[in-house]
Amino acid sequence: MSTGLLTLIILALATFGMVAGRARAVASAGGDIRRLHSLPTFYGRFAALLAAVPAFLLVIVWLLAQPVFIENRALSLISPADIPQGSSDTLVMSDVRRIAGGLDQLAARGADLAPLVTDAPALKAALNAAGVALQNEPAPSVIAAAQALRAMQSTSRLIMTGVALVLAVAGLGWGLSRVRPEFRARNATESFSMWLLIGCSLVAVLTTVGIVASLVFETAHFFRLYPAKDFFFSTTWNPQFRGGSSLGIWPLVWGTLYVSAIALVVAVPVGLMSAVYLAEYASKKTRSWVKPAIEILAGIPTIVYGLFALITVGPLLRDWIAQPAGLGDSSSSVMTAGLVMGIMVIPFVSSLSDDIINAVPQSLRDGSLGLGATPSETVRQVVLPAALPGIVGAVLLAASRAIGETMIVVMGAGAAAKLSLNPFEAMTTVTVKIVSQLTGDTEFASPETLVAFALGLTLFTLTLGLNILALYIVRKYREQYE
Amino acid sequence: MKDLVMETRVDAQTVKIEARKAQVFYGQNHAIKDVDVDILDKTVTAFIGPSGCGKSTFLRCLNRMNDTIPGCRVEGKITLEGEDIYDARVDPVQLRAKVGMVFQKPNPFPKSIYDNVAYGPKIHGLTRNKAELDEVVEACLRKAALWNEVKDRLQTPGTGLSGGQQQRLCIARAIATSPEVLLMDEPCSALDPIATAQVEELIDELRSQFSVVIVTHSMQQAARVSQRTAFFHLGNLVEYGETGQIFTNPRDPRTESYITGRIG
Repeated sequence: MSTGLLTLIILALATFGMVAGRARAVASAGGDIRRLHSLPTFYGRFAALLAAVPAFLLVIVWLLAQPVFIENRALSLISPADIPQGSSDTLVMSDVRRIAGGLDQLAARGADLAPLVTDAPALKAALNAAGVALQNEPAPSVIAAAQALRAMQSTSRLIMTGVALVLAVAGLGWGLSRVRPEFRARNATESFSMWLLIGCSLVAVLTTVGIVASLVFETAHFFRLYPAKDFFFSTTWNPQFRGGSSLGIWPLVWGTLYVSAIALVVAVPVGLMSAVYLAEYASKKTRSWVKPAIEILAGIPTIVYGLFALITVGPLLRDWIAQPAGLGDSSSSVMTAGLVMGIMVIPFVSSLSDDIINAVPQSLRDGSLGLGATPSETVRQVVLPAALPGIVGAVLLAASRAIGETMIVVMGAGAAAKLSLNPFEAMTTVTVKIVSQLTGDTEFASPETLVAFALGLTLFTLTLGLNILALYIVRKYREQYE
Repeated sequence: MKDLVMETRVDAQTVKIEARKAQVFYGQNHAIKDVDVDILDKTVTAFIGPSGCGKSTFLRCLNRMNDTIPGCRVEGKITLEGEDIYDARVDPVQLRAKVGMVFQKPNPFPKSIYDNVAYGPKIHGLTRNKAELDEVVEACLRKAALWNEVKDRLQTPGTGLSGGQQQRLCIARAIATSPEVLLMDEPCSALDPIATAQVEELIDELRSQFSVVIVTHSMQQAARVSQRTAFFHLGNLVEYGETGQIFTNPRDPRTESYITGRIG
């Protein structure tokens, strides 16, 4: 039975539980629902949850755990002699999986598998015809492993379906049997909701932990293949896929920081001043259309900004500034990417700062105006200092956003890793290099690809550091000012 | 000798602010109707009345703080020493330097105690150098009876003081611009009785230099600190006169009902 069908059956059972639980509750109270502890729907919901939740949990856990157990057992069937020189367990296992999948397809078409599994060349031909490409004829133990894999998969699926259905029916029965007027179904469903909420937040937390763990693990792997000293202290970035590359991180970090700095130099003054205008000077009517208009900037896909950088801003800067000033003749430059990225992050600064400036108590403004200060003196000397922690938070959020940006850099700043002070030269950033190291047909074992994880971890550390700094500043000043 | 000086000051009853047929509208809402008041110099004038009667609104008209409220419109004539403060030639910013204001909730700026007091003198350029500014700050903090408590920590944030100290800091800040009139909008409503007593004592001292207008909900407070009292009800000025007369022998039945606790 397929997982989809199983899901449908469990959902049907839950729906039945919903209706039956409700009806049973009404019946048990003799039609007078005031005698029930909870509203009838809560009894129905309780039965439905008991039918669906344990069964679905089982299916999810089973589907996650099944490949690990089964593949370990299939792997043990492969004789070590059948693992070719220069290959590894994992590569052979992927063959096993493909053969198993191919055999499933053939079986579905009604082919007779018995003669094929003993005849490797015929099997290869049949599989190739079915669209499963094999490089060489599979060894007998590999075919045996594939067959075992298929057998175990189908048994496991059968058991899972059975257990899940039993669980669903049992849960339904138990849930219905507990329906009595004095049963507190409302409280019981309440705790179900709490566990659901806990589960959802756990998903987010565990994903973060998982991503960081995999970054750390792969980075450690990278440093076993490539000396950490060269990664952190070399100033050249020159990956060679034939080996012997130099993977110094500094040109990339420099490019990232340079582009982000230009972006912030553009975005912070513009964003902050428009926020001050919106919060302090604009009438309600103006504000109601200007603010959404600025926020639209945040909704433009970065690739569109990239196009804008590549086609308009880059050539403009080159023709009007870089070439006349003799600073270079490349249309992709740090300046191009920085300017366009600055425009992109304006709404992050302005929208957040606007909210924060609005949150400054009116009493402070009144106090200042009441002393005969002008509105702009009030803004500079009272409102902005009071809003400073929040504004710093907004700026650092914009900085994190700028550091992580990829598309605008690819299209605006180019892909040449360089350490240079000239803002009209092409440079590149960490994110762009992660993309370029991972695209293309490469195996995941060389330092040239694994370096992506080290770069990712560096970037993550950088933005994490910024976020921590933001939190620290916000906390420190909040205590002082509120 | 001291008594003699006090006498002459009380006798010198020149009119500082004069309001004639003052009207305030919030959009369609007619909040203040036909108010005629003479605020005397070197006198504490109390505005009393039930919540929503317009006393705070009228107070805010006197230094044009209502300008910051959208939809608020003032009609009639309000003059400060004979000059119409709603005249187009009057700069509201300059006016507010002359008519200072202390608010209901203490609102020290997120700055040091020193900078809070120095704020007004700095923006108006009242002092020539740092030493002079130091003197002004000290003098104002002394007048506000706060100097002894804060002289060792002038550079710590003003928001770190207690509620009563914050309110006295706000008073020090208001008098640092050397205003001619000091408006106080329920300055003690957020304070405990001890801090209230300190602020009331302070108001009484300030009377020797400024004209003080105080809005209060506490009739005892009005009786304690003011020489003249105005009773507002539903946007009208019901009665205005000597404080003693208002509390002992009110002419209007509404005033009597209010001070004896029957309306409010």
